[in-house]
Amino acid sequence: MLKALQLEPEKCTGCLQCEMACSFEHEGVFNPSKSRIKVFNFHDEGRFAPYTCSQCAEAWCMHACPVEAIVINAMTGAKDVLEDVCVGCKVCTIACPFGTVNYNADTGKVAKCDLCGGDPACATACPTGAITYVDAEHTGLERMRAHAALSIPKASA
Amino acid sequence: MAWQRKLLRVDLTAGTCTPEPLNMEWALKYIGQRGLATKYLCEEIDPMVDALSPGNKLIMATGPLTGTMAATGGRYSVITKSPLTGAIACSNSGGFIGAEMKSAGWDMIIFEGKSPQPVYLWLENERAELLAADGIWGKSVWETDDIIHTTHQDPLLRVACVGRSAEQGCLYAGVVNDKHRAAGRSGVGTVMASKNLKAVAIRGTRGVGGVRDFKAFMKATAVGKKVLKDNAVTGIGLPAMGTQVLMNVINEVGAMPTRNMREVQFEGASKISAEAMHEPRESDGKPNLVTNAACFGCTIACGRISTIDPQHYTINNKPEYMGASGGLEYEAAWALGCDTGVDDLDALTYANFICNEDGFDPISFGSTVAAAMELFDIGAITTKETGGIEMRFGSAEALTRAAELVATGSGFGRDLGLGSKRLTAKYGHPDLSMTVKGQEFPAYDPRGIQGMGLTYATSNRGACHLRSYTVSSEIMGVPVKTDPLTTEGKPELVKAFQDATAAVDSTGLCVFTTFAWTLTDIAPQVDAACEGGWTPETMLEAGERIWNLERQFNLDAGLTAADDTLPKRLLKDAAKTGPAKGQVNRLHEMLPHYYEIRGWTADGRPTADTLKRLDV
Repeated sequence: MLKALQLEPEKCTGCLQCEMACSFEHEGVFNPSKSRIKVFNFHDEGRFAPYTCSQCAEAWCMHACPVEAIVINAMTGAKDVLEDVCVGCKVCTIACPFGTVNYNADTGKVAKCDLCGGDPACATACPTGAITYVDAEHTGLERMRAHAALSIPKASA
Repeated sequence: MAWQRKLLRVDLTAGTCTPEPLNMEWALKYIGQRGLATKYLCEEIDPMVDALSPGNKLIMATGPLTGTMAATGGRYSVITKSPLTGAIACSNSGGFIGAEMKSAGWDMIIFEGKSPQPVYLWLENERAELLAADGIWGKSVWETDDIIHTTHQDPLLRVACVGRSAEQGCLYAGVVNDKHRAAGRSGVGTVMASKNLKAVAIRGTRGVGGVRDFKAFMKATAVGKKVLKDNAVTGIGLPAMGTQVLMNVINEVGAMPTRNMREVQFEGASKISAEAMHEPRESDGKPNLVTNAACFGCTIACGRISTIDPQHYTINNKPEYMGASGGLEYEAAWALGCDTGVDDLDALTYANFICNEDGFDPISFGSTVAAAMELFDIGAITTKETGGIEMRFGSAEALTRAAELVATGSGFGRDLGLGSKRLTAKYGHPDLSMTVKGQEFPAYDPRGIQGMGLTYATSNRGACHLRSYTVSSEIMGVPVKTDPLTTEGKPELVKAFQDATAAVDSTGLCVFTTFAWTLTDIAPQVDAACEGGWTPETMLEAGERIWNLERQFNLDAGLTAADDTLPKRLLKDAAKTGPAKGQVNRLHEMLPHYYEIRGWTADGRPTADTLKRLDV
């Protein structure tokens, strides 16, 4: 079954455990500045929102890459960057409408979410369930359930 | 190990920034953060130095776990000599700046001297520069934070700075980071401003590596997170209610200092409690509390994010206060509320915003306002001294006006900025100051919780709950329940809490974890991160070493056993209501035995044997 990251900002407290887990998984150090998932703090609204690549089916980054360094991982559906092919031209960072592919100056390559090969570290690290890894065809299941609950005739009625 | 092994020395007089290796020999004895920075301070300054002179130093220090995945591993501390108490000051803050400093490659920053002009430190990994603070001096914390982000065109910068209160010499100004997290107590911000240092702006992209045993570390921190999640306080109470969960509890046990500690229960407590923060208000149907929020790496998330009622008088035509910002924690709600007799939740939230916006400690501020209200009540001051403000107990208008005046150091705000000890002395009633060593009390009346009397009297930074939170044991039964009204066993309890807390404060972790964790949970995390073979026993010993080092600093600064006392009110005037009715604090039953088990002389000095045993 194809799975996807489900992000629920209303559950996010802004702790950045996901950013640390992501950077540790990919860089071997705790370094939020190198995380492929970012948590945004909308201070005046008192809201936090995690955000990362949603692994578009027809991914702009993949189509834009002139050297075919971005490929589909058949197992996870993630669009993976092949580091030894990437030339660091950054065209993909321009092509992505969501800003989720970014250049890493230390490596000279681009970096993006690769779903950690099917076991995303951010979802494991999230203490509040704001990031989960679920059936890609049913990311709306919980919301459907909530609305379905509203449609049940009330017991007293 | 998880240290960067590097500190930045900033000579503000000369305008230089120089890296130097961290003293790892000291780190193995003092862990980091509070302990290690205290060691540096003791080695580098004369304890008799005027706290606001260039001879004082100000140290920003992280711990070995700061910037790691350990739950709550984002803390940093500001260590200096306090202008409020003349004792050592060590104020701890969360938010994100500590982890950013560590990620930029620095364990510690030592500021020394005084800059000829206002400056701020800009730190981008290895690059450190002192830049002119022309555009930010005279601005609030909130403005400064925004201006620095705009100037550097970097939304990911983290900023710690002082507000206008510090610039104006308010003696309890803090260093505020991330707009509403603060190294709040003892006037550490006042020291920073006295050096003409307005802000520290940091961007770190190096990350924190070098963990001694990554596999063991990830396992130990995961186990620790589960313990926090499964605990009723850290897993449910704090995220849902914040520290404000205590408001009704402490009021019920009759340990709620009220109206400058004249009383021990506040009739308006429920109106300013956590529960009240959840209640939808009439005007817009929204509750005061917008959400809970976490500091860096924190899986508890006790932080409060609040809004003020848009119809409230405090924010008429003031759009800058209509958004969400840092809401009331228990200590702030108590000081601004119970201690002044004000039960207007929105007025308290507004005063709290102002404390954050211009960087001053809401505990000391609220207590000082309470002292001013008592002076006004007995006629020792009148509207002549207050500039027309009717400083009456219970007056929300007096409270919020006072906050505005302290923020900018104007009018009666200058008197209030002195703190309650100097304020009450100035107007001839020093007995009305509810302080120890010149620092105002927090929110637990030691008549109703006996151990807290000893805690306050012996705290190395003046009255403070965070040096040995025996409330945990005496009220909440963590780790074991003790009777709050007896003094028996309290010296041992206080010593154990003091030593353990000193160790926790030196790791980079938050002391709130200790509602669920003991050193048995913490030591494996530190040990996996660092060399040194850390066990609960060696951590506790390091804590005791740190406590004695701080004590030695204070003695060398001229403090004596005579300063280990409480205001007469708490020793002579019995509690009037509640379970502690008829009680005073019986400090005299505890203090001599405390000195004894500390290995100190009868006049409170560590013996040569004690210093030798601890290798201080």
